[in-house]
Amino acid sequence: MQMVIKSVIGWVDARFPLTKLWNDHLARYYAPKNFNFWYYFGSLALFVLANQIITGIWLTMNYTPTAEGAFDSIEYIMREVPWGWLLRYLHSTGASFFFIVVYLHMFRGMLYGSYKKPRELVWLLGMFIFLCLMAEAFLGYLLPWGNMSFWGAQVITSLFGAIPFIGDSLVEWIRGDYNVTGVTLNRFFSLHVIAVPLAFIGLVAFHILALHEVGSNNPDGVEIKKQTNADGIPLDGIPFHPYYTVKDLMGLAAFLFIFCSVVFFAPEMWGHFLEYPNFEPADPLKTPSHIAPVWYMTPYYAILRAIPNKLMGVIMMGASIGVWFLLPWLDRSPVKSIRYRGIYYKTALTLFVICFITLGYLGSHPPTPVLLLMARIGTLVYFSFFLLMPIYTTFDKDKPVPDRLSRA
Amino acid sequence: MIKPKIFLSLLFLILPILGGTGFAIAEEGEIPLDKAPIDLTDLPSLQRGAKLFMNMCSGCHSLKYIRYSTMAKDIGIVDAKGQILEQVIKDNLIFNGGKITDTIQTAMNKAEGEAWFGIAPPDLSLVARSRGADWLYTYLRSFYLDAKKPWGVNNTVFPDVAMPDVLFNLRSRLYAEKEGKEKFDGAILDIVNFLQYAGEPIQQTRKQLGIWVLLFLAIFFVFAYLLKREYWKDVH
Amino acid sequence: MNADGTDTGRRRFLTATASVIGGIGAACVAFPFLASWAPSIKTRALGAPVEIDISKIEPGQKITVAWRGQPVFIVYRTPEELAGLNTLTSQLRDPLSKESEQPNYAGNVHRSIKPDFLVLVGICTHLGCVPLYKPVIGSVEAGWEGGFFCPCHGSKYDMAGRVYKGVPAPLNLPVPPYKFVSDTLLVIGDDSPAGVA
Repeated sequence: MQMVIKSVIGWVDARFPLTKLWNDHLARYYAPKNFNFWYYFGSLALFVLANQIITGIWLTMNYTPTAEGAFDSIEYIMREVPWGWLLRYLHSTGASFFFIVVYLHMFRGMLYGSYKKPRELVWLLGMFIFLCLMAEAFLGYLLPWGNMSFWGAQVITSLFGAIPFIGDSLVEWIRGDYNVTGVTLNRFFSLHVIAVPLAFIGLVAFHILALHEVGSNNPDGVEIKKQTNADGIPLDGIPFHPYYTVKDLMGLAAFLFIFCSVVFFAPEMWGHFLEYPNFEPADPLKTPSHIAPVWYMTPYYAILRAIPNKLMGVIMMGASIGVWFLLPWLDRSPVKSIRYRGIYYKTALTLFVICFITLGYLGSHPPTPVLLLMARIGTLVYFSFFLLMPIYTTFDKDKPVPDRLSRA
Repeated sequence: MIKPKIFLSLLFLILPILGGTGFAIAEEGEIPLDKAPIDLTDLPSLQRGAKLFMNMCSGCHSLKYIRYSTMAKDIGIVDAKGQILEQVIKDNLIFNGGKITDTIQTAMNKAEGEAWFGIAPPDLSLVARSRGADWLYTYLRSFYLDAKKPWGVNNTVFPDVAMPDVLFNLRSRLYAEKEGKEKFDGAILDIVNFLQYAGEPIQQTRKQLGIWVLLFLAIFFVFAYLLKREYWKDVH
Repeated sequence: MNADGTDTGRRRFLTATASVIGGIGAACVAFPFLASWAPSIKTRALGAPVEIDISKIEPGQKITVAWRGQPVFIVYRTPEELAGLNTLTSQLRDPLSKESEQPNYAGNVHRSIKPDFLVLVGICTHLGCVPLYKPVIGSVEAGWEGGFFCPCHGSKYDMAGRVYKGVPAPLNLPVPPYKFVSDTLLVIGDDSPAGVA
């Protein structure tokens, strides 16, 4: 039997780099042996992506992308298709968990300087994936054709109207109508199920290829490739398979426990994952009394509302996402990991996290004068973190970085 | 090494605060809602609720995503072998001559509804999910007399509501009895219980299945942990 | 334990156990995805029995009704056509309907509850085309005794839907479950005694 398997693999290997791919990316991909808690979220993001694609394919089998049929077809899936409710909750919960996992994954990069040379391209590709994720979330949110779906799309497409001269025609062009209608729903559906996922999968492949070209960073921010044995294998490296495959499997089990707790016991997450007004069909004549994006978009929405000028608000909101792309060049510190950074960066990062979460909170609440002032301060801190980075990272009192990993 | 832990604990401290805000939003500037003690395992309550709904609400409001047959099975209108008691349903719950596999429609058409009430009475399949059980429970018990309104009634939870107080006769009848208020509140609770079921018929099954899923994952985690620990003995 | 201190037995046991549990989990996950392809509650509701008023059908006439999206033929056969059924036995593949699909009450020569009313699922047992109703003698070929002719691949059936020898179709046309509620009202898709659904 083993002889047969061996000869089949040999036959394939002569025609396709099967064993080579396995070795390059798993069995002989040497990863630093000191990955901690924060290093689970990369593989988990890949898992959630697979969940979204598979459940998405199944939902498409019973979903109707028309203004007349969309809302009914979601309830048809929830009530009449065998197991349809589970497929739908896996997809809707997966959307929120995708952002949780990706935000923690990005935060890991900021903790340990994973965006710094030679991993700038890994970071940039990751940021493009993040853009795809936001596009997917926005496009997909229209599909249930609930009242929040409708007004969310109405508000976000209206943003393009802020662009001088072409704004109004641009909004009409995006919607394909004078308002968000079934025409808009049709094109959003097409983009959500085909166009963006294709780009998404391609970018994820590039992201991983780029990472495996330069090798993984680690909580010490030490380049393990600089200390190798006679065979050229990093002294502090261990093969990804089996060591990190079994570790990630354990992480996956823990993640699934939390994920399934939500799917089976709180799929609405008290209105944060599935918003209550979205259980009413889209009504172009009635805006929900309180309109807010789903939680993962609220920090940017808070920045948009903090600026008392339509065009500037839109620009600042775009900039709040765009500025992430510049991170590898804003950070002037020679040190990667937070473990060896000085007090300036540690303070700045702490403030940034507080400010990001606060903006998220503010974006989901109606703006009272006090909350609005807080949002403005938050916006200032948010941009200061990035734009002052070249200064405070230059003058920071970094600690000496060891040659080898500090501990396993 | 300490730093990430601080961030982590910070995140998990703040998340519940954010989680709690969902309720704050719903209640802002509105009158406080009574907690509806709903219980979806109480099949007799669901059956009473279904009957009350069909008698008092279904003249104007549909439940267009639910079939009589599905409802009968879910709320236990079945014999010992699990067969639907079709005649019981037809005699007590179907008032428009429909088939048992039909969805629950109303006899009133949209245009008539708009002419009579100014707005067509909405379908109530999802009202428990969009409004919440507590809101329904409070709303149905908050009608008061107001001569200025077309139907002579208004509502504290839903000011200027277009719906007349269809519960007036039931309330008058029950209030004349001993412990009338408790009986009336109980009847309303039955309706809310039924509407809560109607909003997501699968919800009980979902929770029951969820317990098995979590049990399985807990076992899987233990073995995944043992496996990881075994392999990581190699790493020094 | 081997030379470098690895407990290979324990390692192999844990790998096998985790794989088995993971495999069970994967199978449990696959189940709802596969099961969701079964007909939905709505589909089943639309596939409910249909009632047909047969009082307007003339002798020799065929009507086609839809049941579960499939064509069902109802034919009012003449006494001559019924008499002809007994003469064809040697030319048919399954004259007594031993292998074909029908309820017990349609297992007779005329394949029906009442001899004059024939009820058939009008789907050729070869590859699923809808056969044509050709009652006129000689209308398909010389010596044609009347029956059903499938235009796709030339399968031939007699006036009871029984398949001829030498054609691609393997079995007689199926008879669906049905019952007479009264002399003029036929129900297709339900053959339970009155009073029970």
